[in-house]
Amino acid sequence: MLSRRIIPCLDVRAGRVVKGVRFRDHVDMGDCLELALRYREAGADELVFYDITASPEGRSASCDWVERIARVLDIPFCVAGGIRSVEDARALLHAGADKISINTPALERPALIAELAEAFGQQCVVVGIDSLREADGQWRVRTHSGHPQAMRAPNKRTLDWVVEAQQRGAGEIVLNCMGNDGVRAGYDIAQLRAVRALCAVPLVASGGAGAAAHFAEVFREADVDGALAASVFHSGALAIPELKRGLRASGIEVRL
Amino acid sequence: MQVALIDAGGANLGSVHYALERLGAAVRLVRSAEALHGATRVVLPGVGAAGEGMRRLRAQGLVAPLRALQVPLLGICLGMQLLYEHSDEDHSDGLGLLPGRVRRLAGGPALRVPHMGWNTLDSVAASPLLAGIAAGSPAYFVHSYAAPVSAVCIASCTHGESFAALVQSGRVAGAQFHPERSSAVGARLLSNFLQWNPT
Repeated sequence: MLSRRIIPCLDVRAGRVVKGVRFRDHVDMGDCLELALRYREAGADELVFYDITASPEGRSASCDWVERIARVLDIPFCVAGGIRSVEDARALLHAGADKISINTPALERPALIAELAEAFGQQCVVVGIDSLREADGQWRVRTHSGHPQAMRAPNKRTLDWVVEAQQRGAGEIVLNCMGNDGVRAGYDIAQLRAVRALCAVPLVASGGAGAAAHFAEVFREADVDGALAASVFHSGALAIPELKRGLRASGIEVRL
Repeated sequence: MQVALIDAGGANLGSVHYALERLGAAVRLVRSAEALHGATRVVLPGVGAAGEGMRRLRAQGLVAPLRALQVPLLGICLGMQLLYEHSDEDHSDGLGLLPGRVRRLAGGPALRVPHMGWNTLDSVAASPLLAGIAAGSPAYFVHSYAAPVSAVCIASCTHGESFAALVQSGRVAGAQFHPERSSAVGARLLSNFLQWNPT
């Protein structure tokens, strides 16, 4: 049976993993390779590396550290950050990334999704979505969310974008529920359920994980394929082996 | 061990290369029939679509040499699917080294396609390729098409339907999952392949 995936997300700046508090005050967590191997040993099913300075600096994620990671890592990993073209994606995939994730560039130019799917296959193309509930009760997407002062609201409903991204060739959707992000009070189950109902490709939940029970809840209540988290793992608040044993004990299929 | 790694345009070329190097193999990239000479193992990786994969093999003049190969061959993911007679993807003819037809996974409610993630190898036959790999071992899959469970299948997997996860016939083997991304289980399969001496 297919396992539910536990996916640590690592923010990378110049080959180092950093931890930010609300996008500021980045604390150095160590070399990205060392942390990748540590999470691999702990039983992470997949890793996401987000080059946090790529987009603000107007470039694509760096191939240097991607290749270093690909040489030693034997679990799949996805790279995100400033990928705007087939050429950007090709360089990262050839450096050894298994998947590439696009967010703002896909909203700015939706045809990019199809271009990537055609060039590399649907399975390589992850569409990341930052989503926020607005006053009228609708969830709408945000772009440029890496920097609060640059963030924009292009007036697109999240549910519409989920459908469109799949039609254009997305092989996986990562839904980051911004209202819950960093709060560690649990995933946004209502929003994830609504997206799940429209999402036929794998769906990964992001934003809000703070305890083992949140993972069990999101797998059980929102039927997501994977759960992504950062601070709860980086801080040591939750160890992956313990998390996975607990999930297995409660009847959720995970890889031990 | 001289491993010829065929460049069929797959995006996983790099990661397969690194995985083989981690096992101590000397790996060389092959884009022509001449470059196959002297190889003691051949690996055909692949991520992408069947039609484009075969087009690249034909353009590089590799179709006939791969059919006539006298050393062990391992196809990975799309590379495994290309070993068959036909794929429904792009209605493409394959290398025909294995009998049968590759079909799209049916999917369904709670059965996402692409089949992406860690799944278990259900039944495992006695094969030197599976030495040290028990039934229930996890492997990493990413695919939308699959080959049926048939006489050449030595390990199956289930995603709604059962399909061939690992196949072997004579010197030809194929893995639907990604050994280069399947952690210890994948490394063991590649290591078994490098040591494999089919008769």
